Amino acid sequence: MRTDVLIIGAGATGTGLARDLALRGVSCVVVETGDVNSGASGGNHGLLHSGGRYVSNDTEAARECREEGALIKRLAPQCVEDCGGLFVAVAGDDERFVADYPGWCAAAGIEVCCLEPAEARAMEPVLSPKVIAAFAVPDATIDPFRLALENMAHAHALTGCTLLRRTRVTGMDVDAGRVVRVHTVNTVSGEAGTIEAAQVVSATGAWAGRVAALAGAHIPMLCSQGTLLVTHERMTRRVVNRLRPPGNGDILVPGGTVSILGTTSVTVDDPDRARPTVAEADENLRQALPMIPSLAYTRFVRAYCGVRPLISAGGGDGRAVSRGFMLYDHTDAGLSNFCSVTGGKLTTFRLMAEKTADLVCARLGVTAPCRTRTEPLPAAPACRWTEPGFAPRLWAQRHDADDPLLCECEMVPASAVDSIMNDCGQQFPDPGLQALGKRSRIGKGSCQGAFCGVRVAAHLYDTGHYTSPRGLARMREFFTERFKGQRPILWGPQLIQAELAEALHCGLLGLELGDPEAAPAAGKDEEARS
Amino acid sequence: MSTPLRCDLAIIGTGLAGMAAAVFASSRGLSVAQAGSTGAISYTSGVFDVLGALPAVAQGQPARPVERPFEALAELLRDEPGHPYALLDPEDIRLAFHEVMDFLREAGLPYRAGGEKNFLLPTPAGTLKHSWCVPETTLPGCEALAEGAPACIVAIEGMKGFSARQVAVNLAPYWPGLTTARVAMPGHPGGEVYPEQVARMLEVPAARRALAEALAPLVGPARVVGLPAVLGMHRPGDVAADMARLLGRAVFEIPTMPPGVPGIRLKEAFEGLLPGRGVALFCQQKLVGPLPAPGAPFRLRVTGQPVEHEVLADRVLLCSGRFLGGGLGGLRGRPITETVFGLPVAQPEDRSGWYRQDYLDPRGHEVHRAGLRVDAALRPLGPGGAPAHEGLFAAGSILAGQDWIRMKCGAGVAIATAFKAVRAMAPGR
Ligand SMILES: Cc1cc2nc3c(=O)[nH]c(=O)nc-3n(C[C@H](O)[C@H](O)[C@H](O)COP(=O)(O)OP(=O)(O)OC[C@H]3O[C@@H](n4cnc5c(N)ncnc54)[C@H](O)[C@@H]3O)c2cc1C
Repeated sequence: MRTDVLIIGAGATGTGLARDLALRGVSCVVVETGDVNSGASGGNHGLLHSGGRYVSNDTEAARECREEGALIKRLAPQCVEDCGGLFVAVAGDDERFVADYPGWCAAAGIEVCCLEPAEARAMEPVLSPKVIAAFAVPDATIDPFRLALENMAHAHALTGCTLLRRTRVTGMDVDAGRVVRVHTVNTVSGEAGTIEAAQVVSATGAWAGRVAALAGAHIPMLCSQGTLLVTHERMTRRVVNRLRPPGNGDILVPGGTVSILGTTSVTVDDPDRARPTVAEADENLRQALPMIPSLAYTRFVRAYCGVRPLISAGGGDGRAVSRGFMLYDHTDAGLSNFCSVTGGKLTTFRLMAEKTADLVCARLGVTAPCRTRTEPLPAAPACRWTEPGFAPRLWAQRHDADDPLLCECEMVPASAVDSIMNDCGQQFPDPGLQALGKRSRIGKGSCQGAFCGVRVAAHLYDTGHYTSPRGLARMREFFTERFKGQRPILWGPQLIQAELAEALHCGLLGLELGDPEAAPAAGKDEEARS
Repeated sequence: MSTPLRCDLAIIGTGLAGMAAAVFASSRGLSVAQAGSTGAISYTSGVFDVLGALPAVAQGQPARPVERPFEALAELLRDEPGHPYALLDPEDIRLAFHEVMDFLREAGLPYRAGGEKNFLLPTPAGTLKHSWCVPETTLPGCEALAEGAPACIVAIEGMKGFSARQVAVNLAPYWPGLTTARVAMPGHPGGEVYPEQVARMLEVPAARRALAEALAPLVGPARVVGLPAVLGMHRPGDVAADMARLLGRAVFEIPTMPPGVPGIRLKEAFEGLLPGRGVALFCQQKLVGPLPAPGAPFRLRVTGQPVEHEVLADRVLLCSGRFLGGGLGGLRGRPITETVFGLPVAQPEDRSGWYRQDYLDPRGHEVHRAGLRVDAALRPLGPGGAPAHEGLFAAGSILAGQDWIRMKCGAGVAIATAFKAVRAMAPGR
């Protein structure tokens, strides 16, 4: 395969870059080990930072967040909920920090408004009565899935830019200072392939160090895992931040119909092995209780984690490292057509993409300017199913009796599955339930996919998308993946839910009893029938 | 509060263990009061497993389906010496099942036990289930599967989670010649269709005729026709026989996702017949009270309704189930608790040991082995290791040392331990 630009990684940055290049008339191919947002872009808070989080330790990153946040609110409003945010301190928190806070905000140009504690509690009744100080900032939230999907959809519409899912870059051939060939492997079939491109970009986040090494270049990465917990119901209207230096259990972010509590910071060696742990779930909660005491009785439906791609500036833990981003042109390694972009924030993905596209275009001799600063992101119909509350609203409007709800928790009807298969089906000829989960709310409700996974699979068999035992293998994969996020928060009602799920999947269906794709061919195994 | 209800035995829980216990106790002349929530039994699949699989013992090994459950018991107990089956004579398991089957036959729900072998039956996902005792309405499917007889699996339009194609495609290697059909339920307004609705519709002969007419042109040369479990709520055998007559071939049922019709049938059968046998049954209620002093009777309260009852019982059988049933409680930062009397629970040291990393780990999860330790008469042990009270017994999934989900031994443990506990408190009856 040949292309002008090969982008490795389909997170916010990679997909944002694909769109930026497409707007300049440059076509590209995006390859991704997993699916859209398999990395940090699918494992974050979804907080569109006002910058208020970083004013105390990183004015530069704070300023970047402020500018980019404002731009995205204007240009991609369909992905944003402009809910506002609070920073609150409780009795016992550092009062000097409280006193310095408005000044730091001013220095970064962030609008801040001082509130009386009682006022803050009236705005967000779940706040502790022990709140001693509160500030309002222009925080917002963003749906990273919709964002990445719409970036891809727009790039595709403009230049036919394609996404190759489940395609891992495994090697690069370098000749005379150029990456002449990129080797890939299909992570499902194991099939090897090669891609030739005039320019190669790694937008692989926490994996940037590894990918750069394939071309003989070096990036000093520090991988910091952060775990977040999802509540059953939304607890606040606004983002609520603890007014103290960034730490565990400091932020509660609304995400449509739920709230997301985070986050820990644990240095890990291998971003592929990141998974949320029981200890991190407990730590987040312990830290958050002084700010929001009712979290002690709140039902959590899931935990998940992401790995922050941080650039290690020699020593220091994950918290101390700047949230600014880095663009490596790799000329120090003697390379002229390969670059890496990493670090940064979801909030600053557009700026990262712009700077990277500037470099790539300069190297290609393309002079078209960046347009993502001014051009609104078009809303793509196939991407709206990621929005919490969209499906229920539509259902209430239409109430089509012949359109059964496959996911009852989030009210996702069969027609949604059909339309996603229609619109994005070419991206997944072998539809995993996970791919559908990424593009809708399937599996996100309190049953965490236990029931809808079974119903959607039956639907896919019925509509002819599954035609072999592979569909069962896809079910196993889906339940296994959902469980990773369940395991750390299994207590109270969610523990009960999990017992019911396993009784169904294993007790009744026996899905654990072996790989369905390894079933004997017809007639071969007489024993199975005896 | 009204005058206290005196009884020989108070049964806490209305799952399979509690219901079976009420059958055993009332047959032996014990007066019984019983309370529990109704969800438990309607969530069961309706097939009764004794032992369907042996979980892996070491990492990397597969779990193994069991063909001959009674033979495999020895193997199970070698690896899992703490399993409740260790307290039972295998003959007692058969005796217990037969008593429950007699009761269910009387209630219009005939079951068939498999002798030395498990039946092999299709699940709604198209996997195979190894089960020892099945409703007679599923039998023609087990037999056709064993013979490889040509069969047609039928899905009903609008019924979610049941795809005939899924069943056929996945069973193809084991069951050649399976075909599929899809039918709209005659007389149903369309849209979503629930198994319970269809089952109630099919109680009426005209509905059966209409369905058979719709099906006849679709099932082709198949000798047997498989449907999701919808063949009537009461006397399903009669409904199945009539459908078979109308179609000119045997019909069978495949269990569906919970709550399915076979589970609801069981619930209705027990709730319908037990009161007639003198069991004071309080549905959707709880029985609570303190553990009395040694030698003293139990003084319990039936709660959950405006009128509370007091129950005075010589003995209590705790069949309160696990987390889903409410017998065990699992809160963050605390050990797992037994929710009625606060009995000690054998369990992993902390929450990180409850579940393994991999959901489908063939070894199963430790949390399912947590539960009550009991003595040889099924009396739960107190903190000191002696029975907590000489009149307190426990049965069913609350007992430690089993992972019923992975071993497929839920019904077997429930019915057989209930049987043993009742016999222990009513010796010679
Ligand atoms: C816990 C946590 C909370 C956060 N909260 C926020 C927040 O609230 N707001 C905010 O603005 N930012 C937040 N961030 C930061 C933000 O998530 C990241 O900065 C951003 O998502 C990075 O996007 P990316 O596209 O650069 O990297 P990623 O999203 O990690 O994308 C890299 C992609 O590359 C793929 N890849 C890797 N190697 C290969 C290979 N060899 N071949 C093919 N593909 C490969 C990966 O599968 C992955 O999909 C948070 C981060 C974490 C970890």
